[in-house]
Amino acid sequence: MSSEEKIADTFVEKPKTLAALRADLENGRAKATELANSYYDRIARVNPQLNVYLSLTKERALAQADRVDALAAKGDPLPLLAGVPVGIKDVLVMQGAPATAGSKILRGYQPPYDATAVAKLDAAGAVLLGKLNCDEFAMGSSNENSAFGPVHNPVDTERVPGGSSGGSAAAVAANMAVATLGTDTGGSIRQPASFCGVVGVLPTYGRVSRHGLIAFASSLDRIGPLAANVRDAATMLGVIAGHDMNDATSSPAPVPDFAAQSDRPVEGLRLGVPAEYFGEGLDDEVRSAIEAGIEALKAAGCSVKPISLPHTRYAIPTYYLVATAEASANLARFDGVRYGYRSKASANLSALYSHSRDEGFGAEVKRRIFLGTYALSAGYYDAYYLKAQQVRRLLAEEYLRAFAEVDAIVTPTSPIPAFKLGEKTGDPLAMYLADIYTVTASLAGICGVTVPCGTTNAGLPVGMQVLAAHLQEGTAFRVARAVEGAQA
Amino acid sequence: MTAKVTVGDVERVAELAHLELTAEETPGMLHDLNAILDYVAELNELDTSGVEPLAQVTELLSVGGASELRDDAVRPSLDRAVVMGQAPETDGAFFKVPKVIER
Repeated sequence: MSSEEKIADTFVEKPKTLAALRADLENGRAKATELANSYYDRIARVNPQLNVYLSLTKERALAQADRVDALAAKGDPLPLLAGVPVGIKDVLVMQGAPATAGSKILRGYQPPYDATAVAKLDAAGAVLLGKLNCDEFAMGSSNENSAFGPVHNPVDTERVPGGSSGGSAAAVAANMAVATLGTDTGGSIRQPASFCGVVGVLPTYGRVSRHGLIAFASSLDRIGPLAANVRDAATMLGVIAGHDMNDATSSPAPVPDFAAQSDRPVEGLRLGVPAEYFGEGLDDEVRSAIEAGIEALKAAGCSVKPISLPHTRYAIPTYYLVATAEASANLARFDGVRYGYRSKASANLSALYSHSRDEGFGAEVKRRIFLGTYALSAGYYDAYYLKAQQVRRLLAEEYLRAFAEVDAIVTPTSPIPAFKLGEKTGDPLAMYLADIYTVTASLAGICGVTVPCGTTNAGLPVGMQVLAAHLQEGTAFRVARAVEGAQA
Repeated sequence: MTAKVTVGDVERVAELAHLELTAEETPGMLHDLNAILDYVAELNELDTSGVEPLAQVTELLSVGGASELRDDAVRPSLDRAVVMGQAPETDGAFFKVPKVIER
């Protein structure tokens, strides 16, 4: 990353691995402060074109880097993520930085605490560079719903990075961070990771505390890492996972050594390939890339069998009813009273609420609040929300039955590669269908990893989604490692 | 589940959600809501009689199980001055809003 570096057509650059960074720090070849500054230099050069970071936290980052350098100078043992430059999706709160959630309605908000996942990264020595752009309140599949403008895909800046964690995926792809945190409610880590050619993790629901996450749909929201390789993503998950008294839904299950689990060979694993994820709407080049990945897994000793998940086609309607209903309740807190934006033109309290919300929320957020409020309103609750919750159980049970027979399920992460900016903004329903392969795992609470698996002829990344049963992230990481190892 | 949303529905929902739509925004919202509701009506194809609704997935996690409730004990919370410092309008002790009760 010398200052003479030319910005080429492509902004793609692979970060060093965690192991390499650690070795550099331990033997004195690198200093955490220099590393942090070199990342800020790169961000200063490429952020104007990519719009990845919304705010930078240099003071906090350099103070942490100083502490790491002091430890290294004394020869003291370094914490697991010592000096690792990390970016945080701007729906997680972090002291020292504004939290916008990609929305105007939180204008001026400076959160007075760290989200649990952020605090755990901090305690592990990570250098927190700043906050990453995303769709407003994590609602979107292209990052075009951010009030602060879209992120551009580092692979092709005319294309979207995916969403909603578009900044989190683009930051890793363009080496503007070594790893990042994103959030995934219906596919918001996995789809952008696949569009940008990086690894993204959907942890089991409850594996990572949601304390300090600005809520979208509480029964679906998950925080997970994105990284340039599977092992580093597994290491990141190990740091942020675990029970937290501040999130009653966080799981008390022990946190295994995910990175060590990812090292185990895949020989003998049973993989299921669901026919419903390879039907109409799947791009031919994406199909070929995924089929090649499956062949590589066979060659590595996995057994592969076709399975059927016949309720899959009901997942998108179910998801959009459940998610919008929960969102309409969660977003009621943004009312112009306690924090963020307050409309100036408010003669009474009711007008203060509605003017602040109307001026503060963007179109997609309003659309989802409307849909959710409608689905929960008197006379429609049973027909929409209750019905969706019943179908949610059918979808979850279908996965649980499949996992009685296979260790992991492999699918494309997205039916199409990254699309052009503006291509789908006029049609909300077409945008929702971008999540067709990711929402079911969200509804069922199971875990998964998306891993780069070839490219299209034009060079756009393709991602394979590896799904595993509740709390079986280790299995998903193992399979993803094998796919990664088979890439040229 | 095939109910067509009307302008009246949109106005009612706007009131419930504390959102105001401009005259230009209403037709677009009406169109989008109808398109989305037509699409989600596919769920009617499924017979879900007797299926227990699944509101959240913690019950499905066989390993680890659900989290135990924590002790009901007083813990430190955020400092009042810090929290009030975020408010658009405050007297330091309370959030200020336009007068609610006229007298």
